[in-house]
Amino acid sequence: MENLIVSSSPHIHSRATTRNIMRDVVIALLPATVAAIVLFGFKAALMIAVCVASAILSEFFFSLIAKKKQTIGDLSAVVTGLLLALNLSTKVELWQCMLGSMFAIIIVKCVFGGLGKNFANPAITGRIFLVIAFGAVAGGAHTVFTPEISAGATPLEIIKSGSGTLPSLFNMLIGNRGGAIGETCAIALIIGFVYLLCRKVISWHIPVVFVGTVFVLSLIVKQDLTIALYEVLGGGLLIGAIFMATDYVTSPMGRLAKVIFAFGCGVITVLIRFWGSYPEGVSFAILFMNILSPYIEKIHIIKPLGGIKNVKK
Amino acid sequence: MFGIRYIGNTHIPHFKRTASLASIDLPTPKSVLVPMLQHIGAPAAPIVQPGDTVEIGQKIAEAAGYVSSPIYAPICGTVDKFEEYLRPDGRKVQAIRINWNGEVKFHHSVQPKDIYSLDDLITAARESGVVGLGGAGFPLAVKLDVLRKNAIDTVILNGAECEPYITSDTRTMIDRADDVRQGVELLIRTAPAVKKYIIGIEKNKPEAIKTMRETFKDLSCVTVKALPQRYPQGAEKVLIYNTVRRVVPEGKLPSDVNVLVLNITSMAVLAKYCRTGMPLVRKSVTLDGSAVASPKNIKAPIGTSIKEIIEFGGGTTGEVGKILLGGPMMGSAVASADEPITKTTGAITILSKEDVQLPNETSCIHCGRCAEACPHLLKPLLYSNSLELTDKEEKMKILDKNKIMLCVECGSCSFVCPAGRPLVLNNKIAKSEYRAYTEEMKKKGGM
Repeated sequence: MENLIVSSSPHIHSRATTRNIMRDVVIALLPATVAAIVLFGFKAALMIAVCVASAILSEFFFSLIAKKKQTIGDLSAVVTGLLLALNLSTKVELWQCMLGSMFAIIIVKCVFGGLGKNFANPAITGRIFLVIAFGAVAGGAHTVFTPEISAGATPLEIIKSGSGTLPSLFNMLIGNRGGAIGETCAIALIIGFVYLLCRKVISWHIPVVFVGTVFVLSLIVKQDLTIALYEVLGGGLLIGAIFMATDYVTSPMGRLAKVIFAFGCGVITVLIRFWGSYPEGVSFAILFMNILSPYIEKIHIIKPLGGIKNVKK
Repeated sequence: MFGIRYIGNTHIPHFKRTASLASIDLPTPKSVLVPMLQHIGAPAAPIVQPGDTVEIGQKIAEAAGYVSSPIYAPICGTVDKFEEYLRPDGRKVQAIRINWNGEVKFHHSVQPKDIYSLDDLITAARESGVVGLGGAGFPLAVKLDVLRKNAIDTVILNGAECEPYITSDTRTMIDRADDVRQGVELLIRTAPAVKKYIIGIEKNKPEAIKTMRETFKDLSCVTVKALPQRYPQGAEKVLIYNTVRRVVPEGKLPSDVNVLVLNITSMAVLAKYCRTGMPLVRKSVTLDGSAVASPKNIKAPIGTSIKEIIEFGGGTTGEVGKILLGGPMMGSAVASADEPITKTTGAITILSKEDVQLPNETSCIHCGRCAEACPHLLKPLLYSNSLELTDKEEKMKILDKNKIMLCVECGSCSFVCPAGRPLVLNNKIAKSEYRAYTEEMKKKGGM
C-alpha cells in the first residue's frame, strides 16, 4: 500500500467517452452506408472511402502543422467524412468529395479550435460549400436499379417542377429513388435512429420534432397527405434530422431548447422547399439553426432546483 | 413532458456486496489516533494530558462552541502524546494518541440518561458526541435544536445510502432496528409538533425496507418510502424533494421549509446513548472496493488506523491504487493507510490501480450529459468553461447567474462526462473563487 494515488472525487467514471459516442454514430450510419453502396454501386463506395480518408488526413495534417495534440483518435473526423459522403450524389466528382471533406474539417472545424469549438456542423457546411461551388450535388443521380429515370429527377425536384413521375412510396422507403447516396433509404436511416436512441446517444426531441414540423407544415400548405409523405421521405430530411441536427456541438442542451431548435429547422426547410430557389432546404435550415443555437439555449434557462432570482441592487 | 417526478438522475454501479453481512467487531487495536476535528465546526478542546489513564467512554475533549462536539476515549489506555494530524481536506488539527493498556473497562460516567423533554434530548445529543454520520459531520445537537426554534412538521430519516459499496446504514436498519425505533420514539415523545416521520431508503435495499416497515407498522406517523436507485438520492436537498416535494431555496436550510433530515445511524446511536450512556466511540465501516480481498462490515474504535482494519478484514488483492474514506463518488483519497477512521467514516473503499486511472481529458463536446446528471439542474459545463475566461467580472457574472453555490459536489457530472473533464474539481475551484469575490464585494460595499 505504497504510493497511493490522491485526487479529487469522484474516483470512478462511467465508460462513456467521446470516442465511444462517435463509434456509436458510425455504427448507426452503417445501415445507410450499406444501402448507399447497394443502391448506387461502386461509385458510392469510392466516394465514401475518399471522403472518410480525406477527412482523417486533413485533421491529421492540420494537427501536425499547427502543432496541436493529435485528435483523430476521437473518430469525429470519420463521422464527418462519412456523413458528407452520404449527403452527396454520384454526380459529384471524387476530387470534389475530397475538397468538401477538407473544407469541412479544416475550415469549419479545425481553425475554430477543433471538435467542440465549431459553431456549425462540419458535414452540413461541407455539403453547402459543394452546393454553392459546384451546383446541385443531390440532384441528377439515379440508383443502379432504375437507370431509366431521367437525369435531374429527385422526388423533391419532381414535386417542385410539376413534371415527371414520382417513385412509388415503397421505393421511397427502401431508397430506390434519385438523390444523395445515403439519404434515400428511409428504413436504413430509421434503424440507425433506433440504435442511437437505444444507446442513449441522442434523445428523440430533435429528429421527431424536426420531421413532424415538416410533415405538418407540408400538409397544411399542400393539403395533400401523399405529398406530405413525399416531403418527409424525399430529400435529406431523415438523415439531416437524425444525424446532423442532433450534433451535440451545434445543437442546444435542454429538452425545450431542443424542441425550439428542431421546430426552427422544420420551418426553414419548408420555406426553402416551397418558396426558395433550391428544391432542398434541410442543410440550410440546420446551418441557420446551428448559428442560432447558443441564443436558443439562452432563451430557455433551466431553473436550478432551489435557485432564487437575484435581487438587483 | 418537461415535468420532473424525481430528481437525481445518475445511474451508478451499486456493488452492495456487503449488504447481507452483519458487522463484526475488530479486536481492540494497540493504539488509536483521535483527531480533535471529526465534525463541522470548531475543533474540540482536549481535557486530558499526556500520561493520563483513560477508560472507554471517558470524555477526552470538550466541545468548543455551539457548533462543535465532544470526543470520548474509544479504548482503555494511556494518553501517549498530542500529534498533528493532516485531514484529507488539507486542514491540520490536533490529535490524541492513546495506547491500549490491555483492559476493557467502561468509564463510570457511562450511565443511562433520562429523557423527559426536548431539552433533555438535545443535551443528550450534545453529550453523546454524535454528529451527522452520513458523512458531513454536522453536530446532531445543532440539528435537533431547530425543533425548538422552527415549526418543523416533518422529520426525514436518511437511509438512502446512495454511494456504491457502502452498506453501514443498511446494516443499522437491519441489525439495530430497535435502536432506530427508540430514536424515533424519543423524538415523538419530546417533539409533539412533528406530524410525520419519513424513512427514505433506496429500492436496492429490500431487506432494510422490509425490516423498517415491520418495525414501524404500529406507528401511523412513520412511513417508509422506497426511493428509486438514482444517485445522489441521499443528498439532503434531493431527499427532501423526492420525499415531501419541497424545494430548499438557495442559501436556506431544510428547517426553512419545516423539514429536518437526520442520518438514520445517527438516531440509532443517540438512542443507544440514552439507554446505556455509551457515547459515540465505535463506528461500523464497510470495507469494500475492487482491491479488497473479502468485503466486510467491521465495527472498530474511532481512531483505529485504516491499515489495521484492512489487515483484520483479510487484506487487499492486486495492486492498490487508491484508499478512500467514504465511497467512490464523494469520499476523499488518503495519502497513507496509517490515517485513522473518524466519526464520519462510513466506509473504507480500496480501488485497484486499473480502476482509478484518470480518464483522458478532451474538449467539451457540449453533449449536455453533465446538465442532465446534475441533481440541482445546474450546467456544470458552463462553470468549467468560464474558468478559462480572463475577464474576472464576466466570469463571476456567469457563475452568479448559473448558481454555482447550489452545487453539492456529488460527482455526477464528472462521472458521466465523456470528455473526461474534472468537472467537480472545477466546480470546487469556481466556488472558492466566487466566495472570495463576493467577500471582496461585501467589503467594498461596506466602506
